[in-house]
Amino acid sequence: MSATEELKPVKKLNLKENYSLLTRGLGWEPTYHTKAAVYPMMAFEGIKIHDWDKWEDPFRLTMDAYWKYQGEKERKLYAIIDAFQQNNGQFQVTDARYVQALKVFINGVTELEYLSHRGFCILSREFEGVGPRIAAQMQSIDELRHAQTQIHAISQYNKYFTGMSCFPYQFDHAWYLSIPKSFFEDAVSSGPFEFITAISFAFEYVLTNLVFMPWMSGAAFNGDMATVSFGFSAQSDEARHMTLGIEVIKFLLEQDPDNLPIVQRWIDKWFWRGYRLLTLLAAMMDYMLPKRVMSWSEAWEIYFEQNGGALFVDLARYGVRMPKYWEVTVKEKGLVSHQLWSTFYQLRHAVAFPVWLPSDDEMDWMSAKYPDTFDKYFRPKYTYWKELEAAGTPYIVDTLPVLCQTCQWPTLFAEPDDPMQTCHRESVYKGETFHFCSDGCKDIFDYEPEKYVHAWMPVQQILQGNCFLPGVDPTAPDFNPLVEALKYMGIKPGIDGGDFATCQDARNWEEWTKRAASMYEAMATPPVATAAE
Amino acid sequence: MTDTVAPEQLVFIALQANSDTISIIEAIMADNPRAVLNEYPAMVKIDAPGRLVIKRETIEEALGRSYDLREIQLNLISLGGSVDESEDEFILEWKRV
Repeated sequence: MSATEELKPVKKLNLKENYSLLTRGLGWEPTYHTKAAVYPMMAFEGIKIHDWDKWEDPFRLTMDAYWKYQGEKERKLYAIIDAFQQNNGQFQVTDARYVQALKVFINGVTELEYLSHRGFCILSREFEGVGPRIAAQMQSIDELRHAQTQIHAISQYNKYFTGMSCFPYQFDHAWYLSIPKSFFEDAVSSGPFEFITAISFAFEYVLTNLVFMPWMSGAAFNGDMATVSFGFSAQSDEARHMTLGIEVIKFLLEQDPDNLPIVQRWIDKWFWRGYRLLTLLAAMMDYMLPKRVMSWSEAWEIYFEQNGGALFVDLARYGVRMPKYWEVTVKEKGLVSHQLWSTFYQLRHAVAFPVWLPSDDEMDWMSAKYPDTFDKYFRPKYTYWKELEAAGTPYIVDTLPVLCQTCQWPTLFAEPDDPMQTCHRESVYKGETFHFCSDGCKDIFDYEPEKYVHAWMPVQQILQGNCFLPGVDPTAPDFNPLVEALKYMGIKPGIDGGDFATCQDARNWEEWTKRAASMYEAMATPPVATAAE
Repeated sequence: MTDTVAPEQLVFIALQANSDTISIIEAIMADNPRAVLNEYPAMVKIDAPGRLVIKRETIEEALGRSYDLREIQLNLISLGGSVDESEDEFILEWKRV
């Protein structure tokens, strides 16, 4: 357009001009194909966009600045990871229970970063506007960086602790990891506008502060400088992603009033999907951080009720309301971490990390943080289970749970208004009955049943005989389907799951560090006895 | 008792607590008298009602060197509010309804 201007020394561009050249000047009008043919996914979801030039990326990050600052972040991060490794940082965290949280992270979260990388890579091709295409491209590279730095940082732990060595395999096979996996695959397999609303807005803007602020601050508090460093390094990108998320919502709503009901439905759906996924984080915060910064309930108040609430007040001028069922999340904030940890305890032989009952000190902390719920609903249960352990008859559940067809959690949650009653919902579709953990999950299924009837449900797959390694003979006289299914999932009995007190990590920790595997208990095995190994 | 004025919603910025950010935090607190500093392990979260302005000039004075506001990306953990960024100011705010 400016090709005819004569060449002369130009003044340095300011930030806005620089960014504008990158995001407007680099686009072009297709001539030998229609726009609809070049960007076929733009019409897929019924979203109406009239003018892509109205898109504003507030960070205005140009490519030179992107590479410069990302490079600097990497150098800072790897200096810390090097120092951590050279100084045996893996043994300087509070105790061996903390390390179990990292197993959940590497097996269940890191792969989401990689799926996110793929999702944004797709968007950087599918969006018609240049501004959002460039933002998606940067985010795609960011997400790949997150996956890589997490793997690098945690690889040091993998040299000393069990259960981290085959994380991509477990992510694709272990029953409870289908929960994060199905969440992200649901998003990646939707259209581009739904994906970006799901991930950038509902997940990153509204919810991931809970992962990267209180949890990573907790990692620092527990002495894990490698994890807090990759966490904060990732989150420095995340702040940019969140801003993309809010910009997307505003852009869609400003472009056409017909977009509002579509966007609101996505916000409702993905808030609920993301909230259910974060139950995992609730249990990690309340149970797996030996030294605690704040409770899940307090974090929910700050980051969702207060900060999320401010966001939705702002969005009200577009006609957007709070996500459906947000009141349920507030009713549940005193329950979900305890409900999930109880479930993990009962199924501890079938998960890839060992599980423990909270110590007396920790139960006192929970009573103080959860005055309305812990002593009433959970302390009696834990006390009883401790008695059973002491009596040599520990409680365990060896049947398979009912899974929610949408979020894939076992139906472990309570009725919102009655914590003593398990919440269970059903829908019948084409003559088949489907089960749900909540009204939120049932609504999502009922709107798009054809999508969710195809979900890969681990329990159903085990029962159908699809979760056995090659060569396993189900007709053999000693065939045990549960044992074989765990082998298929990459979970080694006696090493990966089970009771924390007797697990390999706990024994090694005490032998190698001469400190108790749980900071709240005495050393389980006197140093002399461990020499028997 | 009829409070018809909507309360100002909080905006926030969270930064790593490190030697880079000491001066930045100091500058933000100086420029935003209504801001509240919350300190947590390894991080700080600064909350402010309605609006928070981060000024290049104040940071440069505190740091004693020139500063590109985009450098804040290096130590930024999270934020709440709409962002408006120029060479001189990084503004977080909720527009009044």
